Amino acid sequence: MNKQAKRNWTWSRILRWAVFLALILMVPAIFGGNQYHMYVATLVCVYIIVIMGLNLTLGYAGQISLGHAAFMGIGAYTVALMTLHGHSFWLALPLGAVIAFIAGLILGIPSLRVKHHYLALVTLGFGTVVYLLMTNEHEFTGGFSGLPGIPRPNFFGLSLHSATSFYLMVVGFLILATIIMLWILNSRWGRAFKAIRENDVRAEMVGVSLLAYKLLAFAIGAAYAAIGGGLLAPLMHFIDPTSFPVQESFWFLIMLIIGGSGRFEGPFIGVIAVMLLPEFLRGAQQLFFVIFASLTLALVIFWPTGLAGLIDLFFRRVLKRNAPQLTK
Amino acid sequence: MNNILEIKGLRKKFYQLEALAGVDLEVREGEILGLIGPNGSGKTTLFDCITGIQRSTSGEVYFMGKRITGLKPHSVYKHGIGRTFQLVQLFPGMTVLDNMIMAIQESKGTLLSRLFKRDESEDIEKALELLEFLNILHLKDQLARCLSYGQQKLLDLGMVLMSDPKLIMLDEPMAGVNATLGREINERLVELNQRGCSFLIIEHNMRMIMNLCHRIVVLDHGEKIAEGIPEEIQNDEQVLAAYFGG
Repeated sequence: MNKQAKRNWTWSRILRWAVFLALILMVPAIFGGNQYHMYVATLVCVYIIVIMGLNLTLGYAGQISLGHAAFMGIGAYTVALMTLHGHSFWLALPLGAVIAFIAGLILGIPSLRVKHHYLALVTLGFGTVVYLLMTNEHEFTGGFSGLPGIPRPNFFGLSLHSATSFYLMVVGFLILATIIMLWILNSRWGRAFKAIRENDVRAEMVGVSLLAYKLLAFAIGAAYAAIGGGLLAPLMHFIDPTSFPVQESFWFLIMLIIGGSGRFEGPFIGVIAVMLLPEFLRGAQQLFFVIFASLTLALVIFWPTGLAGLIDLFFRRVLKRNAPQLTK
Repeated sequence: MNNILEIKGLRKKFYQLEALAGVDLEVREGEILGLIGPNGSGKTTLFDCITGIQRSTSGEVYFMGKRITGLKPHSVYKHGIGRTFQLVQLFPGMTVLDNMIMAIQESKGTLLSRLFKRDESEDIEKALELLEFLNILHLKDQLARCLSYGQQKLLDLGMVLMSDPKLIMLDEPMAGVNATLGREINERLVELNQRGCSFLIIEHNMRMIMNLCHRIVVLDHGEKIAEGIPEEIQNDEQVLAAYFGG
């Protein structure tokens, strides 16, 4: 056991995390003067948290969800409505996560009956219903006019209003979310999730309660999305239903698949790739979607394991050794 | 001798097709019971109904005196019934060791303790012991999908053994296995039986089943047509008719 544990937590792995962390923390030093760059960097961190949740539901537990944007919306609207009514952000954010967790449990129920594309349709329906609620409940959500003036929080008297301080707060949440996710995935829960993905008939035959684990996979994924949404609202100061349409869930799926579904690095690589590509391809203008779609197609056809799989391949072919992995 | 498994009047209808037409069967404690019959006679359906994968139309199943009719597969497993499948069912994208641990982890503690209790040394030790017993210890860090068919069958058996089941149900353990490996599996089964494990085995390999089993039950068209020690079954006219259409 000790040997196993040592192999899982080698120094080189700690070093890789440290380098990654240093890079994130260097962002304000490099782009600090530019509001827009800081905004994009913050957005990247927010979406990594969201996609990390989807990675648990889809990548690890194998349950497709096309309603993920709805969970993000639940988190965003909870934070927006509560902070606009004078409640604390630090109360609103966990509450949004709890509400999404419960909604995730409920959405998980159909996964006990239907699989694959049928489940995709059910979750798509859920996403549509939440979207319609956001647009039609004017008194409550402001409808299409949205909710303007969402304040950014203070942290023990420390103002988090500037782009840099808000970014650092989101990074803090990202680190926390990463640690919790690693901790879940390395527990027996993580193994049970994978077992359901790999073979749910056998999983049930070795004592796995599909009821408990499938619902948990949805609920935890939903809570992550809600945390992301709850951070998005004060970041933008404004939310409306068009931030969480059904198409958004497809973008999440694309980000995860491009990064590497079922790989811990997947959400990090996928979100950074998908969100930064438009910045580099700005000159292409209308051609952007053509280029993006072609790259995505090529990736899905030739490397279904996503960019994480491509990186593995690079290590094996070019460097002739196994790629370092963040989890087993 | 006590019955470890008792089945009373088990029926299973798929629309018009009666797969099981009221089967009575008991497995005695410490016994190896063979279950044979032509293709489509309802053997695997019987397994599915016992383990909860299929819901029986009517009839009762008792395990060690407790009624387990209609329970979900994961609860049946926790009562102490382990099962292998006709087509090997593993977790192909997980390592051999993870496959083994997966087979035990849900039988211990509560859902929450499985998140918070991190020490798995006991399970790992047991898994390694069993992998050695099955001669596949050297493959422990390989993904299950990389194993040969025979090795996968051994892993399948190993997973069943992880939870120390009182009754092991094997669905064609010899199918697609070469003679050497077959003998090996045979030896392992005898050894486990001597340690007190009861077996219910579906098998088409007659030589193996006649040598291994204490008693044999024959199914045909969802009905039990014969029951007895191997010598009786070999000479039973109804059985011969069912198999050879005589």
